[in-house]
Amino acid sequence: MADLDDVHRPPEQFTLRVRRYDPESGEPPYWDEHTIELEPHRSVLEAILQARDRFDGSIGIRCSCRQAICGSCGVRINGEPGLACHTHLDHARDGAGGGTIVIEPMGNMPVLKDLIVDMDEVHWRKVQRVTPWLLPSEPAPEREYIVPRESMVDVTQTMACIQCGACVSDCLAMEVDPGFIGPAALAKAYRFVGDPRDQQQRERLVDLAQDPQGIYDCTHCFKCVEACPKDVNPMGQIMRLRRIAVDDQQIVDRNNGERHEAAFTTLVRDYGLNHEAELLSRSYGGNSWFGKFNPRAAKELVSSLQIIVLGMLRGKMSPKLALFGHKIPSGDLKAVKAIYEKVEGREQRYELNLYVSGSDEDDQAPASSTSTSPSTSAPSTAQGGSDAGGVAEQSAEASAGATATAAETAGAGAANEGEQA
Amino acid sequence: MRVAYWPGCVSRGFTPELHGSMAKVAPLLDIELVELDRACCTGAGVIAEHNQELADTLNARTFALAQQVQGAELMMNICSTCQGAQSECQERLDANAEYRERVNSNLADEGLGYEKGLTNKNFLWLLVEEIGLESLRAKVKRPLSNLKVGPFYGCYIVRPRSRLGIDTEHPRDHYLEQLIETLGGTVIEYAGMRKCCGFPIITMNKEASLKQAGRHLGDAVDAEADCLVTPCPLCHLNLDLQQPLAEGAVGRELKMPVLHLPQLVGLALGLEPKELGLSRHVVRPTSVIDWSTSVVGAAA
Repeated sequence: MADLDDVHRPPEQFTLRVRRYDPESGEPPYWDEHTIELEPHRSVLEAILQARDRFDGSIGIRCSCRQAICGSCGVRINGEPGLACHTHLDHARDGAGGGTIVIEPMGNMPVLKDLIVDMDEVHWRKVQRVTPWLLPSEPAPEREYIVPRESMVDVTQTMACIQCGACVSDCLAMEVDPGFIGPAALAKAYRFVGDPRDQQQRERLVDLAQDPQGIYDCTHCFKCVEACPKDVNPMGQIMRLRRIAVDDQQIVDRNNGERHEAAFTTLVRDYGLNHEAELLSRSYGGNSWFGKFNPRAAKELVSSLQIIVLGMLRGKMSPKLALFGHKIPSGDLKAVKAIYEKVEGREQRYELNLYVSGSDEDDQAPASSTSTSPSTSAPSTAQGGSDAGGVAEQSAEASAGATATAAETAGAGAANEGEQA
Repeated sequence: MRVAYWPGCVSRGFTPELHGSMAKVAPLLDIELVELDRACCTGAGVIAEHNQELADTLNARTFALAQQVQGAELMMNICSTCQGAQSECQERLDANAEYRERVNSNLADEGLGYEKGLTNKNFLWLLVEEIGLESLRAKVKRPLSNLKVGPFYGCYIVRPRSRLGIDTEHPRDHYLEQLIETLGGTVIEYAGMRKCCGFPIITMNKEASLKQAGRHLGDAVDAEADCLVTPCPLCHLNLDLQQPLAEGAVGRELKMPVLHLPQLVGLALGLEPKELGLSRHVVRPTSVIDWSTSVVGAAA
């Protein structure tokens, strides 16, 4: 009943501070303030539209569905990216410490006018970059593709993306490296890499791993995870792309991505703790003790010489630690190694995705409930060392499968460029 | 209070002054550190990227070891990245009993098992939530008067909010500001305080990585901070150890000292800069801050 009470609260006054900018005018950006009156449960979008209708018809905002489906009204509210139509006014006011709600255009994209940013120039260009359509085997089946239901569950999270650009807006890697393919496009890439009907998994991954602005340019900052209004977890999808590229496809890239992961994992197995000096040289030179003698590692060593010398002089690292690292007690190291052998020795890697499985509490069901058991959630479809076609072949042979339409057009059609004021 | 203490790898490796200063500060706060010296690296997200079940098992082992520490109220870490990596694993383990059982079966040979519901707090959270700012204030011997401190959190301890338990009751993403004020210092807000230091891609895209560090340091310089403070040793590596290279990446002089969290607390509690390992930094705080006027001179 609390919700109903909420809806029946009378209109209140809210003050909006809107960043205005018209690049064509030649004038610099400025701030506008408007006080509107609406019920607190109404959306920030409704508030912007009221301000436009009542006070200033020139405020630029892009919107269409007004129900968090089309992805058109992405803006920054109190500094955080989100959908204007999906943010309640009272929540926005709380986020502003009870004061004025600050509304700005999204970041990392040029402003066309006021709150409208150029999605074509940045977001859509990047989405196009990852070949956002299905590349199935030829010839196509006469009717639909038959795939096991579980094999598609794995990509449902990325399919929830509405292309609003909120994650692009706040990507910290893109902030310093605008060429980074970015969270939205890479999540889209996983949507096809993880699709059992796609036949170009390896080619896609080689492309994204070798690109200096591809999967290894993600700085793991969780900004996109936090920004996404649909819980797509773009960073998580990028990590899955890396996992499949390295561990299933054994793609050795020129960006040290594979070497870094291999070295890190091996060093923790062999030492129990991270061995920083060794990790650095192996990330460049290759995952063995001899990695440091590789020309790539030597080159890096030279470029970091200043830092190494300073670090040694200041006593940050002793030569002994740099050479031999530190280890946990031998009995424990043995136990850690045994865990590695057991888990890595399994035929199939196991992955629990809470987006798919939910948690016991969400379900309010005991752990034995079949709907939340990991066995019915999507275990990783990848198989150690399998070829690219393995997953799809296995899928096509499955008899009791669900159907998926052959004409997959998830790339371009997903978002709706709505009205522009 | 007695805590199961996970120091992490880097605090005992390339930033030994962090582990050292924590050991010095703990008794002054009546914290008894029971070091989890049998536990292994959290994987920092990289092992999870390689194999999720492996990372979850290694961390479940650490949690199980922490739960065996007699009389410990909770587990404490001094590394944002450890906190983030451990919280991610714990979220999965706590959410699903069947998965927890599966992971625990990997630990059975050692007779270990993780029971749902471990409390694991970074030193920052422990300071504010367990010790309390008022009782900390009472212990301050040398207020950080006239010291302008910029917080630098590290991504793993501020995002994602729900996983890390950040809400209006627990504004953990504002604790550094509260702490600096409690210790008598002045908070300097600047654009990069909750952004990424760039460390995770230092081997993959060094230029972008150093640019990130350099920009945030430059923002702090422009905001006239005397120094930064961070609860993350990996951020410290990029912000301090790599600072001479970061200067090159952004084309400006920075000279911004970066303190570890226990170092800042230790200074206010009356410890000397040298015992806290401040001389071990690449950008020596003593070369920039005149302790005789900004800190020591303001002694109560």
